[in-house]
Amino acid sequence: MWKKNVFFALLMIVGVFASGYFLLPANRVPDPTTHDVNWASQPEVKKVLDQLNSEFQKRWRDKKIEPTPRADNLTIIRRLSLGLIGSVPSLEEIRKIEKQPSEQQVAWWVSRLLEDKRSADYIAERLARAYVGVDNGPFVLFRRRRFVDWVSNQIHTGKPYHEIARKLLVDEGLWTDSAAVNFMTVTLDEEDNQGAVDPIRMAGRTSRAFLGMRIDCLQCHDDFLGTVYLGDEGKKRTGVQEDFHRLAAFFNDTRVNLAGIRDTKKIQHYQFKFLDDDAESIVPEGVPFRADLLPDDGTRRQKLATWITHKENRQFARAIVNRIWAIVTGRPLVEPIDDIPLHGPYPPGLETLADDLIANDYDLRRLIRLIALSEPLARDSQADFEITAAHERHWASFPLTRLRPEQMAAGIYQATSLKTIDARAHIIQKLTQFGMVNDFVKRYGDIGENEFETRSSTVTQRLILLNGKMVKERLRGQTSPARLQLLNRDDRKAIEIAYLCVFTRRPDGEEMNYFLKRFSENEGKRIDIIQDVFWELINGHEFAWNH
Amino acid sequence: MNENFANGCGSLEHFSRRSVLKMAGLSGLSWLTPLATTLAQQEEQKKDKKAPAKSLIILWLEGAPSQLETFDPHPGTEIAAGSKARKTNVKGIQLGRALEQTAEQMDSISIVRSLHSKEGDHERAIYNVKTGWNPDPTLKHPAVGSVICHNTQKADKGVVEIPRHISIVPTNSPARGGFLGDQYDAFKIGDPKNPVADVKANVDERRFKTRIDDLKNFVDRKFANRRIKKMAGSRTLGGHNLDAALRMMSSDQLKAFDISKVSKQRAAAFGDTAFGRGCLAAIQLIQTGVRCVEITLSGWDTHANNHELQNNLIKILDPAYASLIRELKEQGLLDSTLVVCGGEFGRTPYMNAVGGRDHWPHGFSIALAGGGIKGGRVIGETSPTPKRETKNRVAELKDPHPIEDIHATIFSAFGIDYTHEFDTPIGRPMAISKGTPIKGLLS
Repeated sequence: MWKKNVFFALLMIVGVFASGYFLLPANRVPDPTTHDVNWASQPEVKKVLDQLNSEFQKRWRDKKIEPTPRADNLTIIRRLSLGLIGSVPSLEEIRKIEKQPSEQQVAWWVSRLLEDKRSADYIAERLARAYVGVDNGPFVLFRRRRFVDWVSNQIHTGKPYHEIARKLLVDEGLWTDSAAVNFMTVTLDEEDNQGAVDPIRMAGRTSRAFLGMRIDCLQCHDDFLGTVYLGDEGKKRTGVQEDFHRLAAFFNDTRVNLAGIRDTKKIQHYQFKFLDDDAESIVPEGVPFRADLLPDDGTRRQKLATWITHKENRQFARAIVNRIWAIVTGRPLVEPIDDIPLHGPYPPGLETLADDLIANDYDLRRLIRLIALSEPLARDSQADFEITAAHERHWASFPLTRLRPEQMAAGIYQATSLKTIDARAHIIQKLTQFGMVNDFVKRYGDIGENEFETRSSTVTQRLILLNGKMVKERLRGQTSPARLQLLNRDDRKAIEIAYLCVFTRRPDGEEMNYFLKRFSENEGKRIDIIQDVFWELINGHEFAWNH
Repeated sequence: MNENFANGCGSLEHFSRRSVLKMAGLSGLSWLTPLATTLAQQEEQKKDKKAPAKSLIILWLEGAPSQLETFDPHPGTEIAAGSKARKTNVKGIQLGRALEQTAEQMDSISIVRSLHSKEGDHERAIYNVKTGWNPDPTLKHPAVGSVICHNTQKADKGVVEIPRHISIVPTNSPARGGFLGDQYDAFKIGDPKNPVADVKANVDERRFKTRIDDLKNFVDRKFANRRIKKMAGSRTLGGHNLDAALRMMSSDQLKAFDISKVSKQRAAAFGDTAFGRGCLAAIQLIQTGVRCVEITLSGWDTHANNHELQNNLIKILDPAYASLIRELKEQGLLDSTLVVCGGEFGRTPYMNAVGGRDHWPHGFSIALAGGGIKGGRVIGETSPTPKRETKNRVAELKDPHPIEDIHATIFSAFGIDYTHEFDTPIGRPMAISKGTPIKGLLS
C-alpha cells in the first residue's frame, strides 16, 4: 500500500513541477554569449566607427547644423528594439539592461537582440518584402511562410549575405524543400508564362533587391527624364530599354516542372519587341555596368549571381547597407530605399559601411553592430534649439518615423505585459499574441512592401487605438501591468512602471506630479486610474513614433 | 515571347500634356509650362461642368464571376456548357438564367462584355481592376474610390463627419489610397447588422473625457515640446486624426451605418445576407454624403463545380443588386450614383475536367448603371467559338476595351479629368487613368 502512496506522491510532485514548467515563465532575459565588452574599442572596429562618425560630423559642419545632444541609453535601446525585433523592450528586459554598466548597455542590448531569434525573424520578414513582396503569390507553387523561415534561419546562423543572395538567385528544386526557389516561383503566372518564371518581374525585383536600383521604367522605354544612369565609371550613360531586357534574359531559361525550379539545358532565346521596332528581336543576356565582372562559365543565373555578388560590384553592398540601415533606424540613408545612384553622390556612411561589409565577408551582424553604435543612431530627437527638416535629413537629429502596423501591434502587446513576449514565452501567451497582432495589423492596415516610405495615419488607425479590442483587452487582462499594480500600493511606482512599459523611460517630475494628482483626487478607483494612465500613454504620439 | 506591356510607369501612354510640358521645361522651354497648364486646366474645367455622378457604389465580386453565367451568356453554344439565359426588360439583351430580378432592371444597366487585361492572377488582377493600373513594386496606385475622395475633399470638408470611402465586408484586398496616402484607404466595416467597430468608447463619458484631455493637453503636448515642428513631406504627428476620430464618434451621421430601423419587408428584398445588407447600408451612406462604397461578395473562384457554385452566389447577388438599382431609382438617387458590378477577370469559355471554369482575363464583363451611364446597352462581344490556342485573344473580341477604359469612364462621369497627372512620391508624374472613356456608355 505504501508503495502506491509513494508513487502517487511522486506523481503529484512531477505534476506540480510540470505545471510550473509549462505555465510559469522560464528564466528570462539570458545574458548574450557573444557580447564582447571590448568590441567597439578594437582598433579595426574603432577605425571604422571613427570614419563613419567623422563623415556625419563633417556633413553637419558643412551644412552649419548643430547636432542634437546624445539621447539617453533607454531611448537608444527602444530604437534598437523597434528596429531589430519590431517591438519595445519589456519591463524585465529594461531591468536587466540597467544592471549592465552604463557605457555597455547599448552594445550589450544589441548582442542580446542579435542572439534572439525574434531579430532574425523580424529582419527576414523585412528582407522578404523586398525579395517576394507581401502577396500570397501563385497557389501551391509559392510558400511565403517557408521562404521567410528560410531567410530567418540564414540570418540566425550568421550566413554571409552574399551567400544568401547567391542561393536565392541560383537555387533549384521544389518550393517546399528548397525554400529559396520561392524567390522565383512567386513570379509564376498560370496565364501568361506557363511553366516559366516571369523574366521581366525577376529583372525588376533583382535590380531593386540586390542592386538597390529602380530600372523598371526601362522595361517600356529608354530613360528620357534623366533618372536612370548606368554604365561604367567614367562612362556614365542614361539607361535604355535594352538594359532592362538584357537583365531579364538571365532568367529566361528557368522553368518549373515536377522537380521544381530548373534551368533548361538549352538556352531559351529571350525575344522582345522594342518600342520603335516593328518586330521582335532576340535579346542576349547582359549587365548594365561592370560587364568585366561577368564570368564566362555557368548557367545564365549562375553567371548573374556571380556578377551581382562580386566584391567589386559595390552596388550590391550599398543596397543591403541602405536596407539594413532603414531596418535598424526606420529610415534609409538613400531614399527611396531601392533607388541608389550608381555613380553617386552618396550620403555620409554608405560607402564606409559598404567597404566594411565587403571586407568582412558580408557579415550582417557586424553591420548591425556598427550602425547601432554610430553617432546618428545616438542623436536625440529633441533639443533646446529648433530642430528643422535639415537636421533630420542629415541625421543631426534622430528622424521621427511613424511606427509601422506590426511595430504598433507588437509594441502594445509587449507594453501591456511585464514579461518578455519572445520564444521563451508560454505557448498560450504566444498564441494569443499571434492572433491579436494579426487581427490588429489586418485592421490597422499592412503597409506592404514599400514599408520605408513615409505614410500618413488614418482615422481608422486612431479609432483602433482609442476604442479597439486589443488595447481594451490588454489593459483589462489578468496579467497586465495595469492590473498587477493593484498589488502595489505605491502610486509613484505605478506611474513609473507605466512609463517604463510604454515609453521605455521614467517619468520626469512634471509627469510624475501630474499623474500623482490624479491618484490623490480619485480615492477608491485606483485600477481605473492606472488603466487610464496606460491608455493615455499608448495613445500618445510618443508611443506611436520611433524617436 | 514577351510583350511591351504597360507597367506602373505606363509605357508612353500616360506621357500626355503634363509630361511633355515638363520635358519642354527641361529642354529650356520652361516659359511654356505655366501658361499652357493654365489653359489646359481651364479647358478641363469646361468639360467638368457635365458631371452627373456624385457617388460611387462598387459591387465587388471577388474571385472572378463567370461572364457566361452572369452578364454574357451564350445559350445553346458549346461554351455555355448547359448554362441558360433569360430575357430582360430590354429587347435583345439576355442575362444569365439566375439573374432574375436584375433582368427587370436592365433598362437602367449597361454591360461592357469585351473587357480584357493581362493579369490572370487574383491578387495582381484585383489590384489592376481596383486601380486601373498593373501592379508596380515601386509605386502603389490609388483605387478609383480613393481618387474620387481625393478630388472631392474640398467640397466635402466640414460636411461629412464619417469616412467618405467605405468598404463593407472586405476580404484581404480592400480599396486603398496608394500614393495619395493612407487617409484615402477605405474604412472597413463588417456585416451592417452589427454595430460599426471601435466608434464607441470603452469607458464612461467622464473617464473618456479625462483620458482625451490628458492625451491632448499633457501627454502629446509634452512629446511635441522641443521636437521638430515642421516635418518634411506629408508627415504630421497626427493630432488632426484624433479630432476627426472624436468628431466621428459623436456624429449623428453614424446612423447611416445602422440598418436596424429599416422595415423587415424592405430589408428582405435585398436578401438576408451580409452583401444584401451592405447594399442597403450603401444607400443610407451615400445619402449622408459618402462618396464611395465598396461591397464585397467573394467566393467566385469556381475551379470546380462551376455551375452550382456560381448559381449559389448569383442568388445572393441578384436580389441585392436589383433592389439597389430599384431603390436608387425610386429615391431619385440613381442619376447621381454610379453603380459598378464586376470582379477581377472572367472565367474560361470551356469547362475543365472537374466541371470548373478557370481564370480568363481575355474577355469578361462589368456592368454599370446610373451616374450618367445610359442604361440598356451592351458594349462589345465575346466570341461564341473562341479558339483554345491562339496568341491574340483580343482579336476574338468585338469592340475590345482594356480594363482601364472602365476607370476612364467612371472618372469622366464624375467630371474628373482622367488625363490629369498626379505628382507621385517617387517624382514620376502619373495620369489618373491611362484608359479612354467608353463613349457608348456616356452618350
